Amino acid sequence: MAAPHQPVTGRGPGLLRYAPALTVSAFALPIVAGLLGTVLPAFGVMPAIGATAWGLQAWRMLFDSPGFATSLKLTLFTGLASTVLSVLLAIGLAAFVQHRAWARRLGAFIAPVLATPHSALAIGFAFVIAPSGWLVRLVSPGLSGWSVPPDVSTVGHTSGLAIVACMLLKEVPYLMLMTLGALNQVAAPAQLAAARALGYGPVQAWLKIVLPQVYPQIRLPIYAVLAFSLSVVDVAMILGPGNPPTLAVMAVRWFSAPDVRLYTPAAAAALLLLALVGAAIVAWHLLDRVLARAGRRWIERGRRAGVANAAAAVSAGASFALFATTLVVMLALLLWSFARQWRYPDALPAVWTLANWQRQIESAAQPALNTLLVGAVATGIALLLTIACLENEVTRPGGSAPQRRPLGQGSLWLLYMPLLVPQVAFLFGAQVLLIHASLDATLFAVVWTHLIFVLPYLFLSLAEPWRAFDSRFARSATSLGASRWRVFWRIKLPILLKPTLIACAVAFAVSVGQYLPTLFAGSGRVATLTTEAVTLASGEDRRVIAVWALLQAAFPFLVYALAAFLPRLVFAGRRGLT
Amino acid sequence: MTGGAALRLRAVRIALAERELIVGLDASIAPGECLTVMGPSGCGKSTLLAYLAGTLDPVFTASGSVCVGDTELTALAPEQRGAGILFQDDLLFPHLSVGGNLAFALAASVRPRAEREAQIASALAEAGLPGLAQRDPATLSGGQRARVALMRTLLARPRVLLLDEPFNKLDTRLRNDFRAFVFEHARERALPVLLVTHDEADARAAGGPVIRLEDA
Repeated sequence: MAAPHQPVTGRGPGLLRYAPALTVSAFALPIVAGLLGTVLPAFGVMPAIGATAWGLQAWRMLFDSPGFATSLKLTLFTGLASTVLSVLLAIGLAAFVQHRAWARRLGAFIAPVLATPHSALAIGFAFVIAPSGWLVRLVSPGLSGWSVPPDVSTVGHTSGLAIVACMLLKEVPYLMLMTLGALNQVAAPAQLAAARALGYGPVQAWLKIVLPQVYPQIRLPIYAVLAFSLSVVDVAMILGPGNPPTLAVMAVRWFSAPDVRLYTPAAAAALLLLALVGAAIVAWHLLDRVLARAGRRWIERGRRAGVANAAAAVSAGASFALFATTLVVMLALLLWSFARQWRYPDALPAVWTLANWQRQIESAAQPALNTLLVGAVATGIALLLTIACLENEVTRPGGSAPQRRPLGQGSLWLLYMPLLVPQVAFLFGAQVLLIHASLDATLFAVVWTHLIFVLPYLFLSLAEPWRAFDSRFARSATSLGASRWRVFWRIKLPILLKPTLIACAVAFAVSVGQYLPTLFAGSGRVATLTTEAVTLASGEDRRVIAVWALLQAAFPFLVYALAAFLPRLVFAGRRGLT
Repeated sequence: MTGGAALRLRAVRIALAERELIVGLDASIAPGECLTVMGPSGCGKSTLLAYLAGTLDPVFTASGSVCVGDTELTALAPEQRGAGILFQDDLLFPHLSVGGNLAFALAASVRPRAEREAQIASALAEAGLPGLAQRDPATLSGGQRARVALMRTLLARPRVLLLDEPFNKLDTRLRNDFRAFVFEHARERALPVLLVTHDEADARAAGGPVIRLEDA
């Protein structure tokens, strides 16, 4: 008889039953309330500034604002191009590497990229591609003949291409890891072997047999990338054109303006962004179905040879170029942070120094402490709620076969809600509520808004290993006389220590990277490394900016390294724990 | 808490929704005796053990009485039942050493530390694994792991021993040895044993009465 999976006890502690409702409220309530707080001003109602008459004035102001059409086009182009390219590259890369032995190690290599905040990458990317940036310096004046920086615009180019390129640096690894992760859920190796026995090459076999099964599981991550790319603020502020900027940046600018009359068109812009994201997701879904039908014909045609191999190799090449760029970007930040004198067109700094770091350390202490505190508390709360939810599942009827009963589509959509709703669409409304409750600019408010984004990532990262836990370990321990509590602390948690710590590191990285939530909930008065780095990014002194961007990137990186290293230290020499 | 009292099942009934898996099972197992429950996969024999151990999934409905001596087990929390169970896999806790696994089973009332270590050492010696307390369970052979799993169960001083096809995954020679090892220890400690299996050889080796469950 197959190994049975049974819960520890028939009935769990009563309190666990409330965990799912509590968890959902923790992130859904502020989003829904915040959305309401954005909808009302968009239609003219905002008592706080004395506006009480319903109307479309806000929308007229938005549509009539200078450069609105350009901004709309820019938003759509950067959002859609980032997503389409990310998906194509990630799938091509996955198809190219999946049958190779080092595919798993590649995952471990690109995980730190995911931990790096968007804004740190954007800052470093600007250093590399700017007309006076590292790339031009490397070829000047020798190869290019530019003895002064060329008079072209790269950072801030009106096309938004710099935004797209920087988004790719983060989103390709993200979607690639999601794809590789989803492979565990289908019997990929056996089916690949079957397809290859029928004469299909590894890439063809993967694209035709595995991808159609994996795709439904990466659909929501793709939608998250779509929503994020359309509404990203920090990257667009650092790398995008300033006038007009993308819709999201425009909305944030108006929300932060001293002129309160700009609040209502800002709310309208935020709401328009929400509608764009919704429409884009619907359009993607429809396109999916058309492509799926075409794909089936392609699969059933029975052709063994084709361009798929070459296409996969090309996207893998492009993806590796992206990874290399990420390394170059981090290196550029490092060089600048230790440079005392780095004149154009020198390829390297002429004079090195530690002074940049020494000078910033003092002013960085408080933001660093805030970053650590907010990240740790938000991660801790999210971990408690997540474990409570997952333990509650085990005690429910039918919890005996958890891994065969994955999360329903409804719950998954709910979990993804914070990643699908543009931040700017509900953060302003939430801020108004926080001001009403006199909670704005408190660490409590910042922690809670971070929790909205930390929770889904932690849950999604921990759920699968938690559900895969062999509950017979727990039954064994129980039969030895261990209480439920003791089984949890002494058996289950230690065995699941590694995935738990990794999930915490992911969550912490998400918290560190938050720009807009910190800005709004903190009313601009709670400084973290990220808010400071983004603010400084518009400044002139690259040496100072580099120090802050590196500090910002170092926190999640160190926590990630700790999470990977700690279990090895605690359970040194235990081979059964993989 | 230890052997010496008979295990009695009265009118045990287990159902999954409308499907009756076990209907009115009555049995009495004397100390040191083994009752074998046989049946094909999915007939509910492992479910019966989960019911006895108190870890039945709430999708099942169950009724009846399970007594060891005068103690009604169904009234007790799973961890208080003293229902030692062995599964098809040894399920040694991978994060603990061999000795750590055994120490986890030993009651906290066994003190001081020297006494705990002595009991662990003698259990290991009994299992033919003297001096391996510091070892990582992953470095032991399948047969060694199985014996440690039994010693772990016995160190918790159970009232009854439940066997969920624990011989299944061992190869033939090891299987015979381990069977003999398990039954010998159960007899020595006067433990009533309930074995579920689909292997006739297991039933023969157990030597006790056999109940056959039909495919429900």
